Order: sequence, then structure tokens, then C-alpha cells
Amino acid sequence: MPGIAPLPQLPEPVLVRRRQRETADTWTLELKGNPAAAFLPGQFNMLSVPGVGESAISISGDPADPARMLQTIRAVGPVSAALAALRPGQALGLRGPFGRGWPLADVAGRDVLLVAGGLGLAPLRPALYALLARRREIGRLALLYGSRGPDDLVYRRELARWQRRRGLEVGITVDHAPSGWTGEVGVVTRLLDRLEFDPARLLALVCGPELMMRHTARSLLDRAVPATAIWISMERNMKCALAHCGRCQFGGALLCRDGPVLRYDQAGPLLAIREL
Amino acid sequence: MKSIADLVTEQPLLAVLGPEACTVLAGCASNMRFASGEFLFREGEPADGFFLLREGRVALRVATAGRTPLDFETLGPGELAGVSWLVPPYRWSYDARAVADTRALAFDARCLRQKCDADPQLGYRVMKCFLPVLVQRLQAVRWQVLDVYGSEPKA
Repeated sequence: MPGIAPLPQLPEPVLVRRRQRETADTWTLELKGNPAAAFLPGQFNMLSVPGVGESAISISGDPADPARMLQTIRAVGPVSAALAALRPGQALGLRGPFGRGWPLADVAGRDVLLVAGGLGLAPLRPALYALLARRREIGRLALLYGSRGPDDLVYRRELARWQRRRGLEVGITVDHAPSGWTGEVGVVTRLLDRLEFDPARLLALVCGPELMMRHTARSLLDRAVPATAIWISMERNMKCALAHCGRCQFGGALLCRDGPVLRYDQAGPLLAIREL
Repeated sequence: MKSIADLVTEQPLLAVLGPEACTVLAGCASNMRFASGEFLFREGEPADGFFLLREGRVALRVATAGRTPLDFETLGPGELAGVSWLVPPYRWSYDARAVADTRALAFDARCLRQKCDADPQLGYRVMKCFLPVLVQRLQAVRWQVLDVYGSEPKA
């Protein structure tokens, strides 16, 4: 008898398999995922804790391994704090995946630049996994990552591995650092100055706080990268995630359905509208 | 071996000045080396020079008694260390410390200011050359002060 498709508004209970501390307030949960539940890099899940609430969380794991569903959560409010506090063996509710992901279908022959700010590395990490899996198809591949301070960097072990990896250029900078930090200090857009690329071949994927994305996009535009080659991932409060409630409306788009990843020639003008 | 004028002309920041003006600037320049840990300049001292880095890395930092010094920017090859020489009272407002063995072109700011005063056209071009760096630094500092990666309470 064919199974009945689950209702998208009903959370499915899933177990936390592992819990990894990233920073003082950020944790990555490994959930017991469904191997058949494929997701696209850049998509998000709605995670819930019964009696507390539900929140949209970007998927931060490898799309080639959906059985190991990773979600990186920063405890900044009641729901995210309750999610981040879950221990292995405890259950949470999951709906998803939702939204449109990063445009990785036509990367062949292009240079790809990922620019992440703060926790913006979480939704970009699945894209990087996918790009590394197709490394031979693409030209230059670079990740630029900016954070508040050295203690706020997420995925530190993996960053160190990526820095050693051939075929991947990695630049990391922090806004300020105490003595002893031997890396770069300064805003993430400064790292663009140290990267040579052909703007006509470039595909730029940018994720972080809106101010950071705006400045990064402007810096790329100043370097003659077309707005159509710049993609950003927007964050807004989600409620239904099914394009019904309108909570995540951003101009003419509903981010749960049309986003969260948007092309900058469409999203950029909207970012300047304060009411949005 | 390259002359100081050659090295000055090669600096990307000064490229817009052209070779003739670079030769004038070279008259105020010398080569310097800083071992890792050595200071290029310190807060409160007269800003009587500036540095264009050729190799290595320099951290700009603020230090307060009783607190760990905080780096707010690192600079690499081709970048400018020191902008306080441009405007009175010509005093450094932060420390610049080599965090790797560093080679730099050091410019005597008094010498350059005199040349700019004597030739306002040169002064205008030099100012146009350095002003974008000042604006970039201002924008970066604004971004850092806003603490864009800080958390705002939400769900």
C-alpha cells in the first residue's frame, strides 16, 4: 500500500544524534535524518520544540549525506535556545526542507566565490560541499569568511582543513582580535582586494547579516561583477513556510517559497527599502 | 637592484600619481625592515612618517592599561600603514606592530608635506591618492563599531 505523504504543516519527530559546540552560543545538532529526504544547498528546515515554538534554521550539512542532517543554531531567543540545548537522544519537530537554494546548476566553467559573515557560513557550507564534489568542473573556488572575533568562528577544524586543501582559496578575517591571533583583522570585503578574479566568469554566493551582504555586493559591483552573478540568502521570520501566511514577504517574494536565496539584481533594490 | 624611485613607482596605491610625481615622493622615502614584534609607530607619538608595506604583515591595535591590546586591522603588501601624517595634529592614534618580518617603504612626512605645500598640484594629487584609503578605513570602522555579527534577540 503506498504511503501517505506527510502533511507539510505537521512536524515530524526526529532525534538528536550528536551535539557539537561551535562558539559560546552556537551549536550544531546532528539529527537522525531520512536518507531519502534530499535537500538542496541553501534550503532550510522548520525546527520546533513542543511547547516553546518553531524557527527556520538553515541546513548546514552535506547534501550528499542527507541521513546526517546538520543544523547549526545560535541561541539568541527562546526557540533557538531551546533547540540548541537539546541533548543526544532528545526529540524535536522537523518540517522541510523548504525554499530555493543556491544556483549551482550552471557553475561549470565559472569561478565561484563564497562570502560568509558570522553564522552565514552555515547555509553556505552545503554549497561548498557540493562545489568541492564537482571541483573539476569549475574554475577558481574561494571562500572568504568574516566574523566578529576569533572565538566566534564556526566550523574551526573544518576551516583549518579547507585552508590546507588544494584547489580552494580560503580567506578568514575577524573584526577585532586580542594579541595572539595570527590571522587577518578587518572587514570581510577587504579580503576581496587580495583576490584576483575575472568578473565576467564569477558567480558570487553571499550570506551573512544584511549590512555585510549589502557592502559585499557593492564591493563586487565596484569590481564589475554583474548583479545577476551575485546571490544572497535573506533571513526573515518564517511562520508557515508554505507561502500561505505572508510573514516572510519581501517585496513581491515570499522568502519561504521564492527564497531564501535571491539574485542581487532583484533583492538589492529591496534592501534599500527600510519598511521591508 | 631596484632604486627607491623604482620601488615607489611600483606601489599600486601610488600608481595614479604617475612616474614623475613618484620620483618626487621617492626623495622622501627610504627602505626599512621590521622584525616580527617590532613597532612601526606607537600611539601618541608624532606622526612624522608613513609606510607602504612591501612584504610581511602589520597589525593596527589599540592598547588600554589593564586590558589586552586589541587588533582592529591587519595590513599586508601594497597597503598603507599610517594616515595621521595627513592632518594636524600629526599624531598617531593607535599602534602599528609588525606581526611578521616586514619590509616597507618609509616616507618622511615632513619632507612630503613641504613638497606638497610648495607644489599644490602635487599636494592635491597626493591627497586624492590617500583620501580613498581614509574613506575605506572609516567605512570599515563604522561596520566594526556596529557589530553586525552581534546577536539581536529573536525566536
